Amino acid sequence: MDDVVVELRNVTKLFPGVVALDSMSMDLKRGQIRGFIGENGAGKSTLIKVLTGVHNPDEGEIYLHGNKTTFRGPADAKNAGIACVYQELNIIKDLSIADNMFLGNYVKKKSGFLDYKYMNQKAQDILSSMNQHIEPSEICGNLGMGLQQMVEIGKAILWDAQVLILDEPTSSLGEKEAEELFRTVRLLKEKGLAILFVSHKLEEIFELCDEVTVMRDGKHIITSPSAEMTKDSLIAHMVGRTLENLYPKGQVEIGDVALEVRDLTRFGEYYDICFKAHRGEILGFAGLVGAGRTELMRGIFAADLPDKGEIYIGGEKKAIPSPKVAIINQIAFLTEDRKIQGLVLTETIEKNISLVNIDQMKSGFFINGSAIKKQAIECIEKLKIRTPSPNKLAGQLSGGNQQKVVIGKWIVTDAEIYIFDEPTRGIDVGAKIEVYNIMNELVSQGKCVLMISSELQEILGMCDRVVVMREGRKMAEVNRNSEHFNQQSIMKAAWGGNINEFTEV
Amino acid sequence: MNLLKSSSKKAPSFLGPLIAVILLSIVLAVVSESFLTLPNWMNIFRQTAINALVSCGMLMVLLTGGVDLSVGSMVALTSCTMGVLMAKFGILNPVLLIGSALVVGVLCGGFNAMLFTQLRLPHPFVSTMGSKMIFRGLALFITGAAPIAGFPESVTFLGYRNIGKFPLCFIAVIIVFAIMHIFLNFTALGRKIYSVGGNKEAARLSGISVPGTLNFVYIMSGVMCALAGIVMVGRVGTSAPLAGETFDTDAIASCVIGGASFSGGKGTITGTLIGALLIAIIRNGLNLLGAQTDVQFMVIGSVIIIAVLIDVVRTSSQIKSKRLSKAKVDA
Repeated sequence: MDDVVVELRNVTKLFPGVVALDSMSMDLKRGQIRGFIGENGAGKSTLIKVLTGVHNPDEGEIYLHGNKTTFRGPADAKNAGIACVYQELNIIKDLSIADNMFLGNYVKKKSGFLDYKYMNQKAQDILSSMNQHIEPSEICGNLGMGLQQMVEIGKAILWDAQVLILDEPTSSLGEKEAEELFRTVRLLKEKGLAILFVSHKLEEIFELCDEVTVMRDGKHIITSPSAEMTKDSLIAHMVGRTLENLYPKGQVEIGDVALEVRDLTRFGEYYDICFKAHRGEILGFAGLVGAGRTELMRGIFAADLPDKGEIYIGGEKKAIPSPKVAIINQIAFLTEDRKIQGLVLTETIEKNISLVNIDQMKSGFFINGSAIKKQAIECIEKLKIRTPSPNKLAGQLSGGNQQKVVIGKWIVTDAEIYIFDEPTRGIDVGAKIEVYNIMNELVSQGKCVLMISSELQEILGMCDRVVVMREGRKMAEVNRNSEHFNQQSIMKAAWGGNINEFTEV
Repeated sequence: MNLLKSSSKKAPSFLGPLIAVILLSIVLAVVSESFLTLPNWMNIFRQTAINALVSCGMLMVLLTGGVDLSVGSMVALTSCTMGVLMAKFGILNPVLLIGSALVVGVLCGGFNAMLFTQLRLPHPFVSTMGSKMIFRGLALFITGAAPIAGFPESVTFLGYRNIGKFPLCFIAVIIVFAIMHIFLNFTALGRKIYSVGGNKEAARLSGISVPGTLNFVYIMSGVMCALAGIVMVGRVGTSAPLAGETFDTDAIASCVIGGASFSGGKGTITGTLIGALLIAIIRNGLNLLGAQTDVQFMVIGSVIIIAVLIDVVRTSSQIKSKRLSKAKVDA
């Protein structure tokens, strides 16, 4: 019992419409590396944020060395010795290693000037205790990702961390750097740190972790020595039972090929992607966060140009050099991030809806205000956007209604190919079903829908076919009537397993 | 659904500065008997004209989230071009002279646009600060650093003629502002300017040509400066290479007082006109009260800060009330 550094007991965290953590319990022990896995949205990040004092739990307790405690903010957790190295590093690239490690807590000499001699020495000591021999005056931007990560870990050691959380630390590392990281993590374990290792790579869990905890739907599912688990058993625990049917999939006749992509590549993001999408079909794109799905869609829409590859629309080869041309070719792209890429929040609903087709809304030289208003009102009624007026600013709407405005903006363009990127993220269940119904209506009109989703339930519920991607590559293509059209197989492919399924169409 | 009827009747953003103009006028009318006279008001309108024209171009640039610091230099360079063509090449044809000013305005604006959209300099604050000095240097170079006088009446009429007692240059301002108001609100390109400023990435992914829109606003800023240069030649009677040193700050102040935001997407033509009037009234009132330039600078500086402060407070209180109403719904 003495070995337990920090323990969460029955922690519950609610967000509007979502139970992010549901009576979750977990403890972290000295000298142990704990693997931590779960699907996207299982609640891993929320748990990390509770541990690091970013979120306050709505229910439940946190125990530190057996004593009940509360974190009023990140500073409390830091003082309690809990440190986290996030996927996005908190490194200031223009500053030296020592500057970064002592950031905000500089050591001063009696004269009031900074004591670089001491800070450099201390930084060097810590780094060499981690078996890293780098000059502490080196500018961080000149270091590779692996070493930058080491600097962040070093910073945690400097502040006497007893619990070190590593959030997908290898996602941005090469193989060699990852090995180096593992060596360091093992070294820290020997020194008695408790380590929580979040990863999307099962191999790493088996290689590195003593125990592994699986989370699903905000709940603790199992904690077990990793040697007693297999890849398949871990995936089974992550996936769990199927939910009741929230997905109103309609029956639609599948038609001709609307979009074909051949060998599309953007180096560093996605490689040699081929697929065909048909009229009347919802084609899903499954994979882990960072699998390159959004990047691929941005390539097709020419938001970021692919390096090579061909795109055929309605059987004809098309060069698409800009989003404008993509729109001319009747592609609609409903971006993942509504606020940053989808809407002009400072403008009204009606102006956002006419954003794409404004050039068609002219009468003579002037824009036709009443036609724009009429179009907006039609959209509001059809898509059930809840607003008192089409003149309300887009920034004042709720997430679900903003998403419907984005949909409205594209529906009025009469596109033939609709790309939905995470269309239901952050919106409530009622609005989700309305979004699904809109997709159903689109395909019933013979349009083609591509949908990226990180919710496998949603993919299985709505799609006719699903392309599974991992690390920028297509891993599998599974038809709805295949034996592999289930969570288990798709997860396996997304996590790097081979299911040998490529439908020929 | 009664969506058509309930077009939201919110207070326009220029209501604040409009009230300020009215209150200030009342105060000045009380303390100075010459303030509320017809000649003085005509004077105010005349003094507003140049700044208003420059502000009009500046507003379009601000709407896209940029800034144009070279406006004062462009006014000087366009007016000096006319002066040099007249004094050194003996050209007296008003069409050629005015045309040359407009061409130089387009070229200068195009240069600013090129720096930003073609050479991809990071922010127009830096690039137009550079071009500000280049244009100023050019104006000094072509004139040999000396002012030029003796323009024909056919060029200067815009700056000094009156229609009845009303200054022609302010009528020009009203016409330009009316056109710009219609342009920004009722044409596709005008709406695109707001969209690009409100969210560049969303605009790009909606098929709007962002560089094209940006090129346009910087060129328009140059054209507006050329118009201001023509008015200035008429008002002062000379083209001076060192004129317009404070035009950039005056124009930005007018736009910001009128509700424009440095982050883009926000601001109106009406608000800008009121902002320009407010600045002219403050200057005029302080002059009537015998205040020197030093006091004028301090007062106008304070007004700018207060105007932005009011906007900040208003925005944050809007966000707060939205949050509170949401919390109520959740509970």
